[in-house]
Amino acid sequence: MEAFYAILIGILFAGGIYGILRRSMVRVIVGIILLSQSINLLVFFSGGANRGKPAIMDGETAPSFSTMADPLPQALVLTAIVIGFGLIAFVIVLFQRVFSRLQTDDTQELFKTDS
Amino acid sequence: MKSIILTQTTKFLTPAFVILSLFITYRGHNLPGGGFIGGLMLSTAFALLAVSDGVEKARHALRVSPEFLIAAGLCIALISGLPALLGDDAFMKSLWLPEFSLPLLGKIHLGTPIVFDIGVFMTVAGFTLKVFFSLCREEEN
Amino acid sequence: MIPILLTSLPLVLAVVVYFNGPLRAALTGKIAAACLLLLLGILAYVSSSPSLQHLLSSSIEWVPSLGVELLFSVNGFSRLMLFLIFGVGTVIFFYASDYLKSHPQQHRFLTVLLIFLTGMTGIVVSDNLIQLFIFWEVTSVTSYLLIGFKHEDAKSRWNALQALLVTGSGGVVLLLGFILLGSIAGSFDFQQIVQSKESILAHPYAVPAAICILIGALTKSGQFPFHFWLPNAMSAPTPVSAFLHSATMVKAGVFIVAKFTPIFTTQPYWDWPLVALGSITMLYASVMGLMQSDLKKILAYTTLAVLGLLMMLLGVGTELAVKSAIVFLLGHALYKSVLFLSAGSIDHAVHTREVGKLGGLFRWMPLTAITACLAALSKSGFPPFFGFLSKEYVYKAGLAEEAIAPFIIAMAVLTNMLLMALALKVGVHPYFSKKNSVPAAGKAHDPSPWMTFGPLMLASLGLAIGMFPAWISEHVTNPAVSTILMSEVSISMKLWHGLNLPLLLSVLTLAGGLSVYAMRHNRIFDKTRESTITDPFEKIYRSGHDGLIALTIWITGFIQSGSLKRYFIWMISFFVFLVMTKLILIGAPPKSSYETPLTLLDVSISIMMIAGMFGALITKSRLIMLLALSLVGFGIAWIFAVYSAPDLAITQILVETLIVVLFVLCIRKMSMIRSLTRVSTRVRDIALATLAGAIMTVLVLKSQWIQFAPSISEELMEWSYPLAKGKNVVNVILVDFRALDTFGEIIVLGIAALGVGILVTSNRSKSKEKSSNTP
Repeated sequence: MEAFYAILIGILFAGGIYGILRRSMVRVIVGIILLSQSINLLVFFSGGANRGKPAIMDGETAPSFSTMADPLPQALVLTAIVIGFGLIAFVIVLFQRVFSRLQTDDTQELFKTDS
Repeated sequence: MKSIILTQTTKFLTPAFVILSLFITYRGHNLPGGGFIGGLMLSTAFALLAVSDGVEKARHALRVSPEFLIAAGLCIALISGLPALLGDDAFMKSLWLPEFSLPLLGKIHLGTPIVFDIGVFMTVAGFTLKVFFSLCREEEN
Repeated sequence: MIPILLTSLPLVLAVVVYFNGPLRAALTGKIAAACLLLLLGILAYVSSSPSLQHLLSSSIEWVPSLGVELLFSVNGFSRLMLFLIFGVGTVIFFYASDYLKSHPQQHRFLTVLLIFLTGMTGIVVSDNLIQLFIFWEVTSVTSYLLIGFKHEDAKSRWNALQALLVTGSGGVVLLLGFILLGSIAGSFDFQQIVQSKESILAHPYAVPAAICILIGALTKSGQFPFHFWLPNAMSAPTPVSAFLHSATMVKAGVFIVAKFTPIFTTQPYWDWPLVALGSITMLYASVMGLMQSDLKKILAYTTLAVLGLLMMLLGVGTELAVKSAIVFLLGHALYKSVLFLSAGSIDHAVHTREVGKLGGLFRWMPLTAITACLAALSKSGFPPFFGFLSKEYVYKAGLAEEAIAPFIIAMAVLTNMLLMALALKVGVHPYFSKKNSVPAAGKAHDPSPWMTFGPLMLASLGLAIGMFPAWISEHVTNPAVSTILMSEVSISMKLWHGLNLPLLLSVLTLAGGLSVYAMRHNRIFDKTRESTITDPFEKIYRSGHDGLIALTIWITGFIQSGSLKRYFIWMISFFVFLVMTKLILIGAPPKSSYETPLTLLDVSISIMMIAGMFGALITKSRLIMLLALSLVGFGIAWIFAVYSAPDLAITQILVETLIVVLFVLCIRKMSMIRSLTRVSTRVRDIALATLAGAIMTVLVLKSQWIQFAPSISEELMEWSYPLAKGKNVVNVILVDFRALDTFGEIIVLGIAALGVGILVTSNRSKSKEKSSNTP
């Protein structure tokens, strides 16, 4: 199971890398999204995979790893999702500005703006 | 792309979403939810409104600007950390009021973390709406 | 108290001199000189009266929480150095205030010289090694500024940069040595380091630390093979050469070696390099000196030779050798700066320093001539000058060292002969030789009293010490030697030791030196044809310098190509390389010990996600891309939901929805996603991506088996309800335990919103301008 998800993370990561190496900016954004998703999964599974044991107490039994999933990676991932969303939203606005200004989505043509 | 069905549904859905998002923010301390989720939910409500009735309508319905939401949210989050300083504690140490009960909502706990979560809620909603409105306006121009 | 005063007052003077401007610089320079003299007097008074000894060390708390203190102290050896710095400094400042009179940047010159004085004093009185290093760098930088003082001259700038690069890189190595030493001893306090000598020597880092410190000292003192910068540094104005490049700064290296002698002496990796490099420098520099025709260059090479001799003596390290090194150091500072200043006076008067052209200047510049002669005689080692005494001691020390006595004596005698010939060439020839081909000589005259009196004092001091050595021995040199050797010494100095081997050697030196001097018109040595002999090491330095610049230009062009894609490839390759080496070093992943059973749903959802990923990367249709992308996102939400993270699942769904909505708004106007790269590029990218993905997989597998620290999750779970009154531990972590982090995060969101606002409005104002410009 762990090995299975490790492979999934690896594939998503590879997809993300391939995406950011494209010249089309839309694909670069897709690459960034895939990268952040694979990393979120990586952090998430660092706490181990637990089914049906959310980190929420019932108020009676004492909390322990046998009854609850590790809350720390979850808190980290929650932050990471929101920050990742912030990044992607910003990149999307940036791309939209560039596109409406230069009418191109090719990163190689961004050289034109330097001069 | 105005659709009557969408417009009519949104009329009811938006207030419901707003109340739901506030509730989810509040209950996040004990059950799934919290400021992040609540904020995203609130912005979804207004995004829906913008799609159905246009950006200007959605901006109007929000009453305050997204920038104001962000600024207010950050201030609230900051202020929630201050009471602890008065009591010679570390910044942002949580403080709680005594428990009390309300009909419908049951036992109520109020404390600085709730205030903080509301700050998070407003900032996240403000950010998302800011991006959303900006993109919409660019498209309309 | 006193050391802090000595270190800080020159800095205050520097400010005063600078803000008084160039017009009053001649006056402020003299005031500064007077202040230095006053400080010298205070130091002499305080250090000689036992009741005031406590004033000689002090400390300032700097970073109390890290235990960093500024430590200042004056001991026997540093007191000798301070006498030199402030004594010679006084003379130099009186001299310089008239030497550069009415130069538009004289105030700047004096300011930098005063800052240098601070740095040099700081080196001598610092007991904290890091603090010492800072002052060390101050002297390197001010030396750079002073060598390049005539900055309109390209050669000057080149020489200044060369000196900075050589001493600066030596400084970095020195810092490395200090840090190694400090980490072995657990403290940068020199006194504590000396006390833990045994444990330091037993430590494996002792050898590299010692070698690093040696390299730092050797570069600063211009020892072979780093010697070439010092002769080039002669493009500085003469007072600088006299002060920095003969009396003080270049002796900082000798000072460092002497300071660390208590720790490393008798260690072969410390002694042998010193003896070997010192003796090579000695001989090499004095031979090179013979081939020079410029007065200052000759003096620079003789300085190098003397520094080599000092290094060699410190390498020998016996009581007698250290004593002779100290005596030689003192004597050298007295006569060498005088010779420099006399050369400067000649330059000032007749505007040339070519030995071959000069002669018979005694007639016009009698005072300068007498001063230079006194110094030259001292340097040559004629009795009863101080130079004779110091030479005598070198021979005694060499003879006492039985194992290598023949070698040391041979080197020392040979070098001293050459040095003597050079001393006469610089100090006697220009004034008394009959040949004279300088047109302006008739108008030459002695410079102002400010410029003649000081050097004359120093030169006469050399004679006085030589005749009455007992006092200086008891009060100045013996305490210095005691500090270095960390034991009381009482070697009395006498002018007359009776007829013995050292005396014989001295006579031999005198005879040899005179005969070399007599051959000065011989073709081998007479370089009046102004042929410049370039040091072979200078050439090596030059090619290294040019090569380095070419390399950096090439690297910059190669890496900073300006292509976004190229940057990504660099970053990813580097990531892959780093992680891969680390993974290989750790070894193969151990077999998983627990396995959560895999369900069919897991597999099918994952396949759906992978399909979505490929779709999003390959399709040209915008709609399909968005759908495929959301397949991945919702698949992840599903994983979160199943594996006990409801909060994450909800957040992921909301975020995914919003991303899709934003994306729709953004790419509405685009017709279609283009494929812009060639197939070969794509194949290369796929290979790189696959490699990165594979590494990621291995990393994930391994990370599940490595735990660097016990997890704090259990504590967080335990505290959640009693302390934070929350049952949802994830939320409690976010808004209570780590609320400050979350606060930081929402600040980031706020800043991102600001960025979005700026992006949108900036464009709007531009387009408005456009529309208003075009009616």
